[in-house]
Amino acid sequence: MKRKSIGKVISQKSLAPGIYDLLIETEIAKDAKAGQFVGVYTKDASALLPRPISICGVSDDKKSLRLVYRVAGKGTGEFSGFKAGDDVELLGVLGNGYDIEELRKTAEAGGKGVLLLGGGIGVPPVLELAKELKAAGVKVISVMGYRDDKTFLLDEFKEYSDTYVASEDGSVGTKGNVLDAVRENGIEFDAICSCGPLPMLRAIKEFVGEKPAFISLEERMACGVGACLGCIVKTKEVDHHSHVNNARICTDGPVFAASEVEI
Amino acid sequence: MRKTEVTIAGVTFKNPIMEGSGTFGSGMEYSEFVDLNRLGAVVTKGVANVPWPGNPTPRVCEVYGGMLNAIGLQNPGIEVFCERDLPFLEKYDTKVIVNVCGKSVSDYVEVVERLSDEKRVDMLEINVSCPNVKEGAIAFGTDKGALENITKEIKAHTKKPVIMKLTPNVTDIAEMARVAESAGADALSLINTITGMKIDIERRRFALANKTGGMSGPAIKPIAVRMVYQASHAVKIPVIGMGGVATGEDAIEFMMAGATAVAVGMMNFVNPYATTECIEGIERYMDNHKIEDISEIIGCV
Repeated sequence: MKRKSIGKVISQKSLAPGIYDLLIETEIAKDAKAGQFVGVYTKDASALLPRPISICGVSDDKKSLRLVYRVAGKGTGEFSGFKAGDDVELLGVLGNGYDIEELRKTAEAGGKGVLLLGGGIGVPPVLELAKELKAAGVKVISVMGYRDDKTFLLDEFKEYSDTYVASEDGSVGTKGNVLDAVRENGIEFDAICSCGPLPMLRAIKEFVGEKPAFISLEERMACGVGACLGCIVKTKEVDHHSHVNNARICTDGPVFAASEVEI
Repeated sequence: MRKTEVTIAGVTFKNPIMEGSGTFGSGMEYSEFVDLNRLGAVVTKGVANVPWPGNPTPRVCEVYGGMLNAIGLQNPGIEVFCERDLPFLEKYDTKVIVNVCGKSVSDYVEVVERLSDEKRVDMLEINVSCPNVKEGAIAFGTDKGALENITKEIKAHTKKPVIMKLTPNVTDIAEMARVAESAGADALSLINTITGMKIDIERRRFALANKTGGMSGPAIKPIAVRMVYQASHAVKIPVIGMGGVATGEDAIEFMMAGATAVAVGMMNFVNPYATTECIEGIERYMDNHKIEDISEIIGCV
């Protein structure tokens, strides 16, 4: 069930320049799963719309959410000042999330595992996925891409997966992008799950061929609940809602089969 | 006993609160948050004779105290609407106002005729004011002759009460209100969004793919209150007021300006409970000010 609700900040720390790790105690955590997101409200009445931020982690007791986000403007700038004990208004949980059971079956049939590809601020949303897949008994391979040596969350990926890294400037891991690292290390897989910048997702759609790939999209949003039709993506097939090949990223997604969307 | 009912063109609403077309779908998405039975009416997203794909993204962006949108009236077309959305609304004890859009007069007439025998439709709201589509819509709302013609044509093709939704992007709102009234409109609703623009100075690009968009939100409320006042004092037919309504107090303000009913628009996106909170706010205001009948305050200033 979706709701607007007040949570309490447990802690916040910076992981890298402009990247923050925020832990919030909230009742909406009980419905949360990998691939979903929440709307976070500012306290500034001039900046009204909830900021869509993906879920990086759900606590084992389902009482708190971990959000790892990049400061991108006025709203996230304000969030970076949150201190333990602060109230924070949330809308959620939003979006469809990943289908763990489908991924488990695919990996079981193929025997190679699920490959997670994260790029930049697309790294945090796949961490919860790595955790949930491992808990479901799925072999996980992670390849995370960064701009430079200011990496984050890598040690945590290592807890759940075989972990590789790529950096644009070559300062850590493979020089280049995540697909360069996949090729360099000869990584085999049954399915790909990915979150990252659009050019990276396009390249993955091309690269994956006949194997399934699930990609998490982002777009400017207003309502976050599927009413305003602000955040659409073109789809190959006519979808059940729009009847005009426009799926809503906030509710029909943000996770889509790469083969279904025209990106 | 507190009386919150208001009547527009023979249709009685249990309270004056509805939502602005395009901010609430057909109610499905928000039925998870609010009890639709509580609302005076559900006003649907604009529907055309055929499916419309809408504009490219980005379609929305935030601005100071509000937002811009250029959705472009994406809709699944009247047939899907009648098969899916109307049966959904059948389950609720609220009035249903269907917003109608088109590129030509005959597009509008086709939808209006299709809806004329649908019992679940209480009123029609004619969108002659969307700023985000190239043909139709606002072209009919900014020209006196075109507004008169489309209002007459629609009235000639339906027995349902017709609300003409007016645009604020005109020089003289009172004049447009009078034109719609004399052409036979049963009621008016205003304001639709105000045309705006935002530029992303880091990327040196328009924030919206459509370049311009319609501005809504609390920042436009004083403009809306002024226009509702001017329009409602220019005509005898009822006016539905909207533009940045967030609270019961805002709704009271619009009613004092002359609105018989009030719609919550962009603030649904900010607070999914905004509609029912507005109803509670009106009831509280009535209790605090010992108002027995909400109609007493309409146009009282």
